[in-house]
Order: sequence, then C-alpha cells, then structure tokens
Amino acid sequence: MFSEAFSFDFFVRALLAVAMICPLLSVLGTMVVQKKMSFFSDALGHSAFTGVAIGVLLGVTNLNFAMIVFAIVFATLLNALMRNNSAITDTVISVFSSFCIAIGLAVLSFGGSFSKYSSLLVGDVLSITKDELWTVLIVAVVVVAFWCIFINGLAASSLNRSLAKSKGLYVDMLELIFSILVAVVVMVAVRWIGILLINALMILPSASSRNISENMKEYHGYAVVFALVSGILGLFVSYFVGIAAGPSIVIFASVIFFVTYILSKKGAK
Amino acid sequence: MARKVIAPCGFHCIKINNLSVTVGKQAILEDVNLHIHCGTFTAVIGHNGAGKSTLIKAILGEVPSEGDIEFKLKKDGASLDLKIGYVPQHLAIDKDTPMSVQDMIISYGFKYPVFLPVSKKLREKVLEILAPLNAEDLIDKTIGTLSGGELQRVLLSLALMDAPNLLLLDEPVSGVDAGGVEKFYKLIDELKMHHDLAIILVSHDLEYVRKYADKVVLLDKTVLLADTPGVVFRSKEFENMFGTKEESDV
Repeated sequence: MFSEAFSFDFFVRALLAVAMICPLLSVLGTMVVQKKMSFFSDALGHSAFTGVAIGVLLGVTNLNFAMIVFAIVFATLLNALMRNNSAITDTVISVFSSFCIAIGLAVLSFGGSFSKYSSLLVGDVLSITKDELWTVLIVAVVVVAFWCIFINGLAASSLNRSLAKSKGLYVDMLELIFSILVAVVVMVAVRWIGILLINALMILPSASSRNISENMKEYHGYAVVFALVSGILGLFVSYFVGIAAGPSIVIFASVIFFVTYILSKKGAK
Repeated sequence: MARKVIAPCGFHCIKINNLSVTVGKQAILEDVNLHIHCGTFTAVIGHNGAGKSTLIKAILGEVPSEGDIEFKLKKDGASLDLKIGYVPQHLAIDKDTPMSVQDMIISYGFKYPVFLPVSKKLREKVLEILAPLNAEDLIDKTIGTLSGGELQRVLLSLALMDAPNLLLLDEPVSGVDAGGVEKFYKLIDELKMHHDLAIILVSHDLEYVRKYADKVVLLDKTVLLADTPGVVFRSKEFENMFGTKEESDV
C-alpha cells in the first residue's frame, strides 16, 4: 500500500513539500508564539485573498508575485500599527484583517467567479510542481540563514525591548524583518496549506513544544519534530482516507498539543 | 574576557546637561541637570508621573530628548564613550517561557544562535558573566521559575557584562519580597565598591534609599533638589511631595 503511494510522483513531491513547509512554519512559529503575535500571522494568512484580488484587478499574470508584494506591504503596515498602539493592537489588527478579507472576497466574487479561487481556502499540497518545490527549498534556506543571524535579537527583544536596545540591538528593524519574513513564508505556503489552516500549522507545533520545553534548544527541537511528524502522518492519512491534507495535518498537530498539555500538567505536580 | 573587579577610581564623571523631553506639546522633563561621579549611588525619587521612567529612557536614548550627556575624565576633561548597563523593571515572561538563564545571556550578549547546542567554551563565558553575582548555579534554570531575587541577580549580571560606566536601574525591586529588597540594596552597595561605575536607581522605596544612597534626586519634571539623603529627606520640597518630613533628630 505504501509502495504504491511512493510510485506516484505527485505524492513524493507532496511529501517533500510537507517535510519542508511544516518545519519551516514551526520555526517561525516559535517566535510568533513567544512574541504573542499569533493574531498577526492569522491576519497575514487571511490577507492572501486581498493579494490575489489586487493581482486580478491589476491584471498581473503572476498571482504569487502579487500576493507576496501585498503581504510585505501588509506586514509593514501592521508592524507600524503594533508599535504605535500596543493597547489596541488586537482590535486594530482584527479590523484591518476583516477589511482586507472583505475587499478580497468582494473583488474575487465579482461576476460569480469565486469558485475559481476557493482552492485557496483549504489548499492542495498534492498539486505542487517540481519548480514550486525548488521555490520552497530556496525559501527554506533563506529562513534558516535568517534564523541563525537574527534569533538572538528576536528572543532578546521578546523579553524586554529597552534592555535589548541597551545592548545595541536594532529591535525595530529586527521586528520588521521578522514580520516580512513571516509574510513571505505564509504567502508561499498558503496555496498548499490553505488560508483557513496555515496559522494553525505555524502556532500548534510551537505551542505544543512550549508545554514541555525548558530552554530554546528544546523549544526549537520539539517544535520541528512535532511539525514533521504531524505533517508526514497527516499527508499519509489524507492520501489513504481521501481527505484534504491541510485539515489532516492540523488534526495530528492538535492531538500532539493535547498530549503535551496533559504531560505538562502532570509534570507541574 | 576576564571579569575585572576593580575599585572605583573616582576620576570619571557623568554630566547630564539641560535634558528635556517633550511628547506632543507636553513637557515630560524640563531642563534636568545632574552631575554624577563613578563610585556613587544616586537614587531618583518622585511621585508617579514625575518623569522618572522617562529620565531612564532619555539616558538610554530611547526617547528623543534635547540637551546632552557628557562622560569625562575629571583630570583633563577628555570625553569618553559612555557605556550603560540597564536593569529593566520587569521582563515579559510566563512560567512556560522556554528560555533558560543561559539562553537569555546568549541572546543578549552573543552572536551564536541560541537554539543550537552550546560549546563548553561558550558555557564557560556565560558562567564568567554570572560569577560576579554568584549566580552560576542558576545557569540552567528556566527564567520563568526564578524567584524575584534570583532574576535580579541574573539581570544585574547581564547589565554588568560589558563593564559599563553607568548602571541604570528602573525600579527593579517590584515583585521582590521585603527581605529581598534589603538584600538587593546591599548588593548595589557592594557593586558600587567593587566596580568602577556610577549607579542611578529609580526607586519608590524611601526607607532603603535613605539608608543606602549617596545622593538623592527629587524629581518632578525637573530636578527639585539633589543632595545627600539627610538633606533631601528633611527638605521642604520633600515634604511637599510626600506629605511627611523627617524630624532632624531621627
């Protein structure tokens, strides 16, 4: 049964994609969770619709490009908003994101053509092409390189911005770069994972890892392992049971969260 | 990087000249002038909203301000670069924040990616940083589980690691129990004697300020009075602000 799955090129491609995308999202997720930005990454995912809509309106043939450009603009704007109004951030982001979704849906549904874009909602990892796989690999290399250089600054600023600044860290710039990186990765991955579930894949492995980790090494290690395990198991189950891959992966990631949560409660006693 | 523990030379001084901070149209600080010598412990007191935290932020360069801060050799007046070690009021940590003391020191002080396994050499360096405050045994503790006093020692280690000329402490005693507060002030007293630096502490704890500070700055938008605790605590200005005055025979 398994060997049959591997005889299909599309399945092998999907497996490779999941094995890269899930850990990648979870690594970014470690700091999204640490910096309490999950609302922000959620809004980013939802803004994918708006990116596509703007692309369609402008007649851009490469919709991926339109999505990524829009996400960078969106991330920069949200970042500025978060910095200036820390007290009302949640509300502001929520309003902003609702507005973007509405604009996106309005444009895409014009003339009853929305069904063409509905695949964005749940994504389809089995449709990934060889070229797209290379794109994912390049993005992965960039993210890992970025992570090695900037993780210390991000971790430091998550504890206390003033202290980080007093140590000569460029906190504002770091946060902007991080937001943009999250935006780009979300936009690259959203076609295969889907708008509805991409944030779950970013947050769940890290949230699970926090339940049982005591330091940064464990935090990253467990998050990546949890992402990999739920990604691969989820893909196999989706293939054999005939359900979409995104939801299947998120179900496994959620189960891991509940297990680690119970373990952490036990450990606390 | 050897940890130098040296007595203050008394030959450096820090001058804050005409420091003003305006947010919108509102002046938060106006024309603050302070003169601080290395080896002294200066406490800044004042009621809420007097601009104490803003003063710290202005010295750190975090809020735009007018005026200037000079750091000079007393002998020949040569200007030097001022290195500041900062101890914040609190950290954004929960019980489940997955960071150890070692992770924290590495993120603030080193380039080596904090999520990778740490070499023996780097661990030695982190231990060296924790050593002056006897915090070596805390190295593997998760920061969310530290007691208030333990966290203070780690934060002080972090502030002292680059051998600063000025140690800035922002009300760091909040969240520490009563016995811990006394310990903390004793610790500051010791640091003052064994490190070549000046200390500025923003404080609410008048009792300990009186006992340990060399100089007290009474702040309300500007410096109302800057003198020894004995003089400040018996002044008219102090009475106006806090509603009590120490009797001269206490």
